[in-house]
Amino acid sequence: MPAIKVENLYKQYQLGQVSTGTVAHDFNRWLHKIRGKEDPYEKITGENSREEKGNSKYVWAIEDINFEARQGEVLGIIGRNGAGKSTLLKILSKVTSPTKGEIKIKGRIASLLEVGTGFHPELTGRENIFLNGAILGMTKAEIRSKFDEIVAFSGVEKYIDTPVKRYSSGMYVRLAFAVAAHLEPEILIVDEVLAVGDAEFQKKCLGKMKDVSSQGRTVLFVSHNMAAVKSLCSRGILMERGKISFAGGADETVEHYMRVNAQNLKPKVEFNSPELAEGNEFVKIKSIEVVPENPFITHDIYLKFSFWNFTSTKQINLAIDFLDLSENIIFGTIHNFKTNENNLCVGTCKIPANLLNDGVYSLNLYFLNIEMSMLYRKEGIINFEVEDMERKNAYFGKINGAVRPILEWKDNLENF
Amino acid sequence: MSKDENWSEIIRPKRHWLDINLKELWRYRDLIMLFVRRDFVSIYKQTVLGPLWLFIQPLFTTITFYFVFSRIAKIPTDNVDPILFYLSGITLWNYFSDCFSKTSNTFVANAGIFGKVYFPRLATPISIVISNLIKLGIQVLLFIGIAVYRVYFHGAHININETILLLPVLILLMAIMGLGLGIIFSALTTKYRDLSFLLTFGIQLLMYATPIIYPLSFTSGKLHQILSYNPLTPIIENFRYAFFGIGYLDISGLIYTTVFSIVVLIFGVIIFNRVEKNFMDTV
Repeated sequence: MPAIKVENLYKQYQLGQVSTGTVAHDFNRWLHKIRGKEDPYEKITGENSREEKGNSKYVWAIEDINFEARQGEVLGIIGRNGAGKSTLLKILSKVTSPTKGEIKIKGRIASLLEVGTGFHPELTGRENIFLNGAILGMTKAEIRSKFDEIVAFSGVEKYIDTPVKRYSSGMYVRLAFAVAAHLEPEILIVDEVLAVGDAEFQKKCLGKMKDVSSQGRTVLFVSHNMAAVKSLCSRGILMERGKISFAGGADETVEHYMRVNAQNLKPKVEFNSPELAEGNEFVKIKSIEVVPENPFITHDIYLKFSFWNFTSTKQINLAIDFLDLSENIIFGTIHNFKTNENNLCVGTCKIPANLLNDGVYSLNLYFLNIEMSMLYRKEGIINFEVEDMERKNAYFGKINGAVRPILEWKDNLENF
Repeated sequence: MSKDENWSEIIRPKRHWLDINLKELWRYRDLIMLFVRRDFVSIYKQTVLGPLWLFIQPLFTTITFYFVFSRIAKIPTDNVDPILFYLSGITLWNYFSDCFSKTSNTFVANAGIFGKVYFPRLATPISIVISNLIKLGIQVLLFIGIAVYRVYFHGAHININETILLLPVLILLMAIMGLGLGIIFSALTTKYRDLSFLLTFGIQLLMYATPIIYPLSFTSGKLHQILSYNPLTPIIENFRYAFFGIGYLDISGLIYTTVFSIVVLIFGVIIFNRVEKNFMDTV
């Protein structure tokens, strides 16, 4: 029995500065409408693609989405950043409405696009439980009846009458999730909630989601955590450029996602002038390059950076996160760059041989000023695949893990 | 599978522009009251004087008005004690202007929360109007306290008559008008941000176009005519009539204000309802 059915769903967004030309566009739309014609801006809409810069001012964030989720099913929705997952979730949770198409729902729907929405820092934990619960759609009576359970689940009993601004971030998240977890909708939408909190808490959250589905509720789960998708979901949907590119069992979908990702290797980016470059008013990226282009585990890998620093200070920090295909951060590093007279910063980072395992890695870049506040961030600008060539022992399968350091082993025969 | 299943809800691009879900709003009444509580509890946290500010604000404005308009500009107050005259005007005016200005940025100010979770968006402006109502109640008590003080110690004259019973109606009218105008502006500012600057300025002008610091009787001719088109004028005038016995009871003015307020509210709810579905794309 389907609990939710999505049919021919489309969502259009306007690119760039929204305020410019809106009056003219609105007027033009209206003129077409009163003459009974089609919306003139639907025709020039480009597809959802980050790489190609189309000429149209409007894009389809999602295009022709069709799927259904059965009652009691956990459906995983995966895809790269910008593939349209969040837009789909926003429409499902009624935060925004579709441009075309419809969604049919059976039962109450609740979405956790974020935990702790509407938490007020000045209010106590107790007050926030009520406020947040009501925002999520519970009545006061429902919250009161579950209050003790919520508090127990969150584990912040001692601080329940303290303003939440005094909470540690962990306590805050735990309390917020506890409220959300005690919603009892027929359909639950979860987005990246698991990215927060410590391992123990994540386990608790995953457990709670399993409970929810075993009670016959439907869960739509959007995540970058492939392991979580594999273990929680029965079916999966892969989204690419606003469309569903694959639908099937959860394992198959995850595998498909990984394969597609590997095909899109981009070990080098280069921009010739600041006008064309990626960046903002503070920082523009000139080039980033992985040398060699197809690195091996057993060889050093060099990352060459050059970028323009348009801030008033000569020093600038570049922090890099290395991510694996499941978008887990493997490690991060930071370097303080000096700027030359042409506002250019140039540097190389050496990743020693025998550190990264074989696999595809992508980089998230964060440009920070000396006070460490964010100037510009760019996620996944390049990625590269580390290959495995020489192997001394007899095993040729993939060695587990994201890193593969050479460790020192000793045979202590004399202690025998 | 049967082709006509019992879907409990269908999300579609656009709904009919009169499709306003008041039932759903009623279901979220607990949320409205919790918002009211939040606004009230949080606003004076970490201030030394706390809720005393509710008293200080109107008193200081009154004293300023007293010196500027009564002592320096010598604008008459129809033989009413000037302190009470200004305080009565300010108390009522503040309610209207707070309702109007605070609801007018509903979408922009709540973009964060509206972008993450759905609840009937009207809950937010309604909660603002209610929390300001509590504030008004407290300030009316202050006004009564000051009135008693002025009468006993300074020989001020008041003349309370039975039209005081209209007070709840007057307040309701201001609430409706403030809410209606506020949500119209909140819907428009999602696209045209410039309006919010215009609004701050506009509300200030509107105060001078309302008989707050002068009695309606002080004006004459064309100006009098224009002021009587202001739907707030009958509210202020009727309140002063009920309390001080000055001016006159203006029933036709009140009817005009009532019609105006209701039309504004209906129009506001319709346009708010249109905008709430897609404003996240433009904010």
